[in-house]
Amino acid sequence: MSTTINSPAEPTTPAGKAADFLDQRTKIGVLTKQLVRKVFPDHWSFMLGEIALFSFVVLLLTGFFLTMFFEPSMELTEYHGEHPAQLHGQLMSVAFASTVEMSWEVRGGLLMRQMHHWAALVFLASMVVHMMRVFFTGAFRKPRELNWLVGTSLLILGLGAGFTGYSLPDDVLSGNGLRITDGVVKSIPVIGSYMSYFIFGGEFPGEHIIPRLFTLHILLIPALILALIGVHLFLMVLNKHTQYPGGGRTDKNVVGVPAVPVFATKMVGNFFIIFGVLALMGGTMAINNVWNYGPYDPSLVSAGAQPDWYMLFLEGSLRLMPGQGTEWVIAGYTLSLNVLIPAVVIPGMLFTFLFVYPFLEAKVTGDHREHHVLDRPRNRPVRTALGVAFLTAFIILAVAGSNDLLATHFVMSLNAITWALRILFFVGPVLAFWITKRICLGLQRKDRELVLHGHETGRIVRFANGEYIEVHRPVDEQERWLRVNYEAYRPLEIAPATDARGVRRKGYRSDRRWQRISRFFYEDRVEPVTPAELAAAHAHGEHDEIEAQRGTPELVSGSASGEREH
Amino acid sequence: MSENVNPTPSRDVTAAGTHGTVTHPDRFTDPGVPEHNPRLTDRDPKAAKRAERTVVLLFGVSILGSIATLVAYFLVRPDGTTEGVRLSNVLLGTAMAISLLAIGIAAVHWAKTLMSDRDYIEERHESRSSDEVRAVAAAGFKDGYEDSGLARRGVLKGAVFSALGLVALPIAVPLVSSVGGDWNVGKFRHTMWRSGMRLAYDPTGRPIKAADLTVGSVAHVIPDVPAEERETHEWITEKSKAVVLLVRLNPEDLKADQSPEGETWSYDGIVAYSKICTHVGCPVALYEQQTHHLLCPCHQSTFDMADGAKVVFGPANRPLPQLPITVDDEGYLVAQSDFKEPVGPSYWERLK
Amino acid sequence: MKALAARRHHRAAPVVLLLLALLVTGGVYAVLAPSPATADTASTADIETGKKLFQANCATCHGPNAEGTSEAPSLVGVGAAAVDFQVSTGRMPMQMNGPQAQEKPRQMNEEQTAALAAYVASLGPGPSIPTEEQVDASKGDPASGAALFWTNCAMCHNAVGAGGALSEGKWAPELHDVSERNIYNAMVSGPQSMPVFNDANITPEEKRDIIAYIVEQRDGSAGGLTLGSLGPVSEGIWTWVVGMVLLIGAAVWIGAKSS
Repeated sequence: MSTTINSPAEPTTPAGKAADFLDQRTKIGVLTKQLVRKVFPDHWSFMLGEIALFSFVVLLLTGFFLTMFFEPSMELTEYHGEHPAQLHGQLMSVAFASTVEMSWEVRGGLLMRQMHHWAALVFLASMVVHMMRVFFTGAFRKPRELNWLVGTSLLILGLGAGFTGYSLPDDVLSGNGLRITDGVVKSIPVIGSYMSYFIFGGEFPGEHIIPRLFTLHILLIPALILALIGVHLFLMVLNKHTQYPGGGRTDKNVVGVPAVPVFATKMVGNFFIIFGVLALMGGTMAINNVWNYGPYDPSLVSAGAQPDWYMLFLEGSLRLMPGQGTEWVIAGYTLSLNVLIPAVVIPGMLFTFLFVYPFLEAKVTGDHREHHVLDRPRNRPVRTALGVAFLTAFIILAVAGSNDLLATHFVMSLNAITWALRILFFVGPVLAFWITKRICLGLQRKDRELVLHGHETGRIVRFANGEYIEVHRPVDEQERWLRVNYEAYRPLEIAPATDARGVRRKGYRSDRRWQRISRFFYEDRVEPVTPAELAAAHAHGEHDEIEAQRGTPELVSGSASGEREH
Repeated sequence: MSENVNPTPSRDVTAAGTHGTVTHPDRFTDPGVPEHNPRLTDRDPKAAKRAERTVVLLFGVSILGSIATLVAYFLVRPDGTTEGVRLSNVLLGTAMAISLLAIGIAAVHWAKTLMSDRDYIEERHESRSSDEVRAVAAAGFKDGYEDSGLARRGVLKGAVFSALGLVALPIAVPLVSSVGGDWNVGKFRHTMWRSGMRLAYDPTGRPIKAADLTVGSVAHVIPDVPAEERETHEWITEKSKAVVLLVRLNPEDLKADQSPEGETWSYDGIVAYSKICTHVGCPVALYEQQTHHLLCPCHQSTFDMADGAKVVFGPANRPLPQLPITVDDEGYLVAQSDFKEPVGPSYWERLK
Repeated sequence: MKALAARRHHRAAPVVLLLLALLVTGGVYAVLAPSPATADTASTADIETGKKLFQANCATCHGPNAEGTSEAPSLVGVGAAAVDFQVSTGRMPMQMNGPQAQEKPRQMNEEQTAALAAYVASLGPGPSIPTEEQVDASKGDPASGAALFWTNCAMCHNAVGAGGALSEGKWAPELHDVSERNIYNAMVSGPQSMPVFNDANITPEEKRDIIAYIVEQRDGSAGGLTLGSLGPVSEGIWTWVVGMVLLIGAAVWIGAKSS
């Protein structure tokens, strides 16, 4: 790495000369010095964000190709191509015609379109999975709350990019998507009708929407995404990556592989793998064949009229909401709660939860320290359970968005499925919360069990006095550290309601409320094993000494009756 | 950064048997980064050579994949048929996937087997800047503020903020105001249906005779306008509101329609309702002729066509508006008038 | 017009109108209905055989003279097309009650079906079975067919005929395996939930265009595997099942320490 060495001697190699040229003008050596051997922890789950990043790169590459052939115009034209035969001579917008032409007549055009669409679906999917990893491991804690906000904004922008792109071909499926958007926008109190005009430049569908969406889709949203990705990665490098708990991993260090060569090579490899998988999908699996839906016509609709998967939860919440009695007329003005609640309030709640969660958790934990070592999900039972509950609600809504396909493929009644899901939407998340919390607490107890008594070996030993025992193998130092190195937070403690002189304290009520939330989080907890407990557990089995003297690695615990409760 | 310098493994966990004589610490101590285990390729030069050969082979596969992509591009031209386009797409896609995946797998395999896999440890520093740095920054701002003289010149301060506050408007107002067209949201109230306008089949545009409709049949209806008018944007926007679903029921099955006292909006078991859902505006079109139910494929609102199109299931709240129809002298179905209420989804000033 | 409007509320008006409508409908059928292929050639012997078959297999539900019972509708006037569709797809005779009659292996052979159809056609005028010519996809125009299909059929049967859900456990079947003749039969007879599309609504030539479009869809998709042609939901499932599983699998492999 001659580029990083500031040698007083004149550089002789071409690379050295180039580096010298650059450094003399930018002082880039300082930056490179810090980055070139920067340490990155290695774990598969840290690559989920890479999937999102690199599928976005594929989106940019394929998207650039598509802009060469797509014409974002709503001018009407007659389709002159011979193929596909079903469109010959039909009247359609130039946007639709150019989409079909680039698929059927431009060599590689269909591949690029399909790769672009698959990459978009994978982009959103990997963002969600990456976000789940960050949430469940507590990587959003100080100092990374800001990066969490950037990430959530990226998710929203990703949804926007997906939605605007989905609508561009001006086919029946996406046209009905826009029509639903129009209906949802109109339901917004006071300004709804005007917002509809603002979006469509007049009445739906008008002739402006495709060019407007095109500008958003290829300029504004990608620019914002790129900028935020820059911030996201900059903050990641600045804060240094989090690491999973384990021997030698603390909040004061980072253990991993250097950026050059291992991390960089793996990253480049991952990019090509992602690109390759998307090419494989684009080459073999048909996606959004718009010529089958036909050019947009406000009279047309097809069975299976659904948005792409990431919008299915909105579709589902619209489907589940019962319409009877939910449209109110107040002083002559119409308030459509049957649309507002599912399409505005529910996604609003989801994103509010995502945005405020890091701050909420810090507040109820009373925790102002920096965290760089991740939590094992089991060690934060309520957080994990809340995450699973929200995911459950999201999945139930997405399933509701596909209820017609469930009905046909599982031979059930559409109406019965809808009713079942209406109930499940309320019951499911609560149940999921409770079950997940119990599982987490159970796993924590299992951790204690393992640390105190070791792994069961399945080896039964009989002593001379006829007593049978199962031999347990004690956990090694590294494993023990993994299982005991966490903090079982306790609910907040607050100052009493009155001070020493019996005067009511200001802010007590608010403190009390926070304490209640804090109790919800930390009332049930399992403390990690302490050295004293371990010693006591060892002392308990009177056969330890025999085994220890024999020098066998196994630790004996338990008695003739099997496992004992200590 | 230091290479794998471990703290000495802790010895303060009491060994079994010595209890009672030692006081225990509150917590366990960190055992440090685990020992580095050399890989097969570290121990066995032959394995390393094998791994190297695999990597080289994979890069070779990628080169072949790239060549295959070019061959597929130039030799397999899509002939326009479904099979031809599919063949070209599959060949291009898989060859490209091979060229990309092989590089990816080669790079990762190389990194995993041949590059050093030793863990390194890097120190972290607190994220916040030190108190001294903060003090210098704060002092800088303070000095700057004093140099600007804003504190002493109150009028200037007011003027600056007023001007900056207002300067966004010259850009924002025209932008927002111009993109909304004529803002005449009153257009939601009306469709192009007029008294005496014939009902025609969508998409062919043939006018419909009442006698042509069999009981149990359904017709998707547009207003009868000249064909060239149907090739404009205005038409598509008007069609978005004007489309109608026409069904013929057995007259005794028709329980009710929306005709007010003294008017007849249906004709001999033939009823015409707006096809635009009152929920969020999808075209409601799944007509089940046995139950007379009309289902919306988007969100499954179900309307009873035999009973004034009232909602029997789903998220819609209002019945579909009915188009009053009758027949003209030649027996063609015609509209009596426009819809008597706005069609489509609800909006704030719908009833105003 | 005014005089007509005034008389519209006359007590006898509905009856008169109904009679008129029936007359006109019958007349239109007489003019528009395609020359009935089976009915014409059906001999009295066929009708007799059909009647026997009917009484043995269908009369329990449809009544001894096909006049209908509380269990099943009257078959007078449903025409040969309805019988040909229901019996040749095995939907009738029905084996069990359900939201709708299900397709199953046919229980009557070609001749028996034809005899039954002849019998039912003899009960009253109704749509007849199409000729070979009328269902010859190669003579149809898929572009005109696509426009008609998307307007009249796609909302239930899906844009390419992959089928879809109706309310209360009913469904619109997928069309890829349905014979051209039965597609035509279904349009003219309106089986079960399906509305009738008579020849005034969709002309015989237009019906052939629709058949041409459906037949064209049997070539599959230009993009590769069709994934059931079910639209974004199946695409979403495949995104996770293929895309995310492969990519997360790759991540696990990249992140794992080499041994």
